[in-house]
Amino acid sequence: MYSEKVMDHFTNPRNVGEIENPDGVGEVGNAKCGDIMRIYLDVEGDIIKDVKFKTFGCGAAVATSSMVTEMVKGKTLDEAMVISNAAVAEALGGLPPAKMHCSNLAADALHAAIVNYREKQEKKE
Amino acid sequence: MRRVYLDHSATTPVDSEVATLMMTYYTEKYGNPSSVHSFGREAKQALEEARNQVAELIRATPQEIIFTSGGTEADNLAILGTVETLRKKGKHIITSAVEHHAVLETCEYLAKNGFELTVIPVDEEGLLSVEDIRKAIRPDTILMSVMHANNEVGSIQPIAEIGKLAKEHGITFHVDAVQSLGKLPIDVNEMNVDLLTVSGHKIYGPKGVGALYVRKGIRVVPLVHGGGQEKRRRSGTENTPGIIGFGKACQLAGQRMAEDARHETKLRDKLINGILQRIEYVKVNGPSGEKRLPNNVNVSIRFVEGESLLLSLDMLGIAASSGSACTSGSLDPSHVLLAMGLVHEIAHGSLRFSLGRQNTEEEIDYVLDQLPKIVERLRMMSPLYDQVLRIKQAQ
Repeated sequence: MYSEKVMDHFTNPRNVGEIENPDGVGEVGNAKCGDIMRIYLDVEGDIIKDVKFKTFGCGAAVATSSMVTEMVKGKTLDEAMVISNAAVAEALGGLPPAKMHCSNLAADALHAAIVNYREKQEKKE
Repeated sequence: MRRVYLDHSATTPVDSEVATLMMTYYTEKYGNPSSVHSFGREAKQALEEARNQVAELIRATPQEIIFTSGGTEADNLAILGTVETLRKKGKHIITSAVEHHAVLETCEYLAKNGFELTVIPVDEEGLLSVEDIRKAIRPDTILMSVMHANNEVGSIQPIAEIGKLAKEHGITFHVDAVQSLGKLPIDVNEMNVDLLTVSGHKIYGPKGVGALYVRKGIRVVPLVHGGGQEKRRRSGTENTPGIIGFGKACQLAGQRMAEDARHETKLRDKLINGILQRIEYVKVNGPSGEKRLPNNVNVSIRFVEGESLLLSLDMLGIAASSGSACTSGSLDPSHVLLAMGLVHEIAHGSLRFSLGRQNTEEEIDYVLDQLPKIVERLRMMSPLYDQVLRIKQAQ
């Protein structure tokens, strides 16, 4: 039911883990619905220098988390903000229809991390 | 690649003796049992032999067996086919919170169409209390439907006691015995059961065939109308190869029941104990010992999600199932686990292994060797496991 690319990202997820003292953290989902995605950012200037994730969820949840980290590393924050959940799914060669709404939240987690970073910056200023 | 099948509650392989016998009725003895000629007569004779075999396994008479397309149709026929007549007496139906969807959805359909439904809760082991059922009985209760053994957690319900209650109150009693057939002794008279659902493909028989036992004197209105087969209660040319295979599978199940139960109980306990020994933060779902099906293992593995576990096991050739939302096809995890009081997050991490005749100790060792590594990998990825990691690091 999953594409080869999804299975590859599920089996060998990229950028799993945490960043110590991250510049931004975003979390979406909840344990009740069965998916939690957390994304950590290391930002330098306007560039995403490093990104890591931790995910509790199904194969699609893990694969989309992995894929989104791969897509945004080295990108500017503005570029990362326009990446959509649909774009992540597309980069994985598509997801089964049932997974499109519930387990396809990785871009939301990324955006939450960027918002968190920007809020912290505003407070500093 | 090595493959280990531990999903026998989903379906079983067809026994080779059964498959060989069935083949004859596809290619040589292919007559329509309703036909007058010798082709028809030999098919009819085999059909009636199969009816005997099914009846014998549940201690019924062959006249009380109606063949159907499977367990779901038999459940529908039992419920929809009896309320039609019973509605003159009342409109109240009782069922349990852990029934198979074939029963639950059918009862809920009736609840939306003029009937009243009481769904009895279960305890944390998935067991019903006879007292709860007694209290739910009303003067207008016409039908009770309770499964013999649960497909997800293996809990065995006190059917004989519930049957006694039903008889005392003159309530028609239906039992879905799809998961218990061939695993537990069934006697429809001792258990005071009026209608009993059985299926072929859970007992090393073919898919697409099941039966409903209907006690003599109970009226069942047909759902499928047509040529009047099965004494006008289920029309359509009989699936003779399937039915004959089902009959043979029932015969074999009867002969092997004690031996299978011994074998599967041994493997079950080895698997449960092994998981508990090797993996932390695991909860066994369902009862232990005598109140659990011999072949059922169900555990919740904290901080990880069921589908991820299944995919990881599948990559190693191990077939299991889960009650997580992702595998139930809805946003909610298994209704059985929720009815037992599990919180969503723990229900999402459930894993069911259902054992079979052909499984070996060596296969269980393989699972016990691989599962801890899978769990460790997924936990290291899980944000829910962070707290545990911090505590461990602090120690």
